[in-house]
Amino acid sequence: MTQEHHEHISSVYDSELEKLGKLLAQMGGLAETQLDAAMDAVVRRDGEAALAIKDKDRDIDALEKETEALVLRMLALRQPVANDLRLVVSTLKTASDLERVGDYAKNIAKRASVLAQLPAAPSTAVIGRLGRLVQQLLKDVLDAYLQRDMAKATAVWEADAEVDALYTAVFRELLTYMMEDARNITACTHLLFIAKNLERIGDHSTNIAETLRFMISGQPFEERRPKDDASNYAIVEPKGG
Amino acid sequence: MSAIAEFAEPSTGTNSPMVVARDVNVHYGQAHALKHVDLDILQHEVTALIGPSGCGKSTFLRCINRMNDVIDGCRVTGKIELEGADIYDKRLDVVQLRARVGMVFQKPNPFPKSIYDNVAYGPRIHGVARTKSEMDEIVEVSLRRAGLWEEAKDRLLKPGTGLSGGQQQRLCIARAIAVNPEVILMDEPCSALDPIATAKIEDLIHELRQNFTIVIVTHSMQQAARVSQRTAFFHLGNLVEVGPTEQIFTNPHDDRTQGYITGRFG
Repeated sequence: MTQEHHEHISSVYDSELEKLGKLLAQMGGLAETQLDAAMDAVVRRDGEAALAIKDKDRDIDALEKETEALVLRMLALRQPVANDLRLVVSTLKTASDLERVGDYAKNIAKRASVLAQLPAAPSTAVIGRLGRLVQQLLKDVLDAYLQRDMAKATAVWEADAEVDALYTAVFRELLTYMMEDARNITACTHLLFIAKNLERIGDHSTNIAETLRFMISGQPFEERRPKDDASNYAIVEPKGG
Repeated sequence: MSAIAEFAEPSTGTNSPMVVARDVNVHYGQAHALKHVDLDILQHEVTALIGPSGCGKSTFLRCINRMNDVIDGCRVTGKIELEGADIYDKRLDVVQLRARVGMVFQKPNPFPKSIYDNVAYGPRIHGVARTKSEMDEIVEVSLRRAGLWEEAKDRLLKPGTGLSGGQQQRLCIARAIAVNPEVILMDEPCSALDPIATAKIEDLIHELRQNFTIVIVTHSMQQAARVSQRTAFFHLGNLVEVGPTEQIFTNPHDDRTQGYITGRFG
């Protein structure tokens, strides 16, 4: 991109675009914080944390509404084209993805508060790994988005296979625990939902990576994303008789 | 893709070229106004020429019907073909050319004659109609095609200048199509019109393209995006980029094109 033609003749237009960027950055930061807090609540069996996380989710929702309103206004008043159009549309999509991430984090926190009231579930290190991976990917894709870093975004896009593989492993492990001892079923079911929410957050990070690619190049990713989520087909036989 | 197909009539890129320009240069005295332009205008499509003031788009438009001939000190080089025939060929009748390639200007310019005579003028001097009723039919068909018949049919003998701006422009379009052109050139046809008249003319352009090939110069990016299938961007006398309108406005190849259409310069 040539550097000379960075700014619009209308400086207000540039301010509006800048505001869009700020809103997304705020939403992203909040989504990251919420996910960190939710996973923390799971690990430390903290029942109280959920309430604060639930409240804070309202902030993300409010930011999404504000972003949507500004996008609508810009579409109507500016009739953006080319890279501006892709940026404005991408902002709308990404805001929606981040709002969902916030919702999933809130749901994880709610389940964490249930888990805290139950006897400790069999520990599963894998769900901890899944959580950390998803947290890292969210952080990476948001950095990539703000810095317009396509290489970083592509790495996130490709890492979704790893997320799927870890989720499948968690799925199988939890099924095993449930079959070993029926007293594990309640806790493991909640953990299963938590794992699913994490996997969905991973999907939204992938979406954001795809949106970024479209925003920068006007093209979608060429290849079909490698999928390693075998959980839909997972069958685990009970051990022994 | 199919949702778009329902509404879009994108440039096929495969319609045969009606006008072919190769290495066209135009000088006004010493000033090199148009530089090495290669451009195909495809049949039954609307091609929009856009670009900042002084970029050469109107100059190029005027090449197609040799209107530049009447400008003192204007020199055109290169090749321009209409349906495969060189328009500068000595054997070609330039008056005939201007019947085949009609033009509509920015400021509506009806003749100081009746509505009927405005439309009949061209066919008369070209001897197209043999009887009065043939001429009546030509006038009616032209006015219908220009979307003006209903408003004009009860005042055909009244002066054309008595119409509103938008109506006058449609009269000028009727006048152009009365001689059955192949190409209609439009130089900012809506600049002097209000939004409703503009919308009517844009609708008209959409219908006209079934029968004619249209080239339109416009300052409005949105208008170019709305009415055309292909868009050509001119800058400082150069043809910078030409392509399907949808591609030009969503993902242009050239930074200059993007800079202009997004309002970063111009």
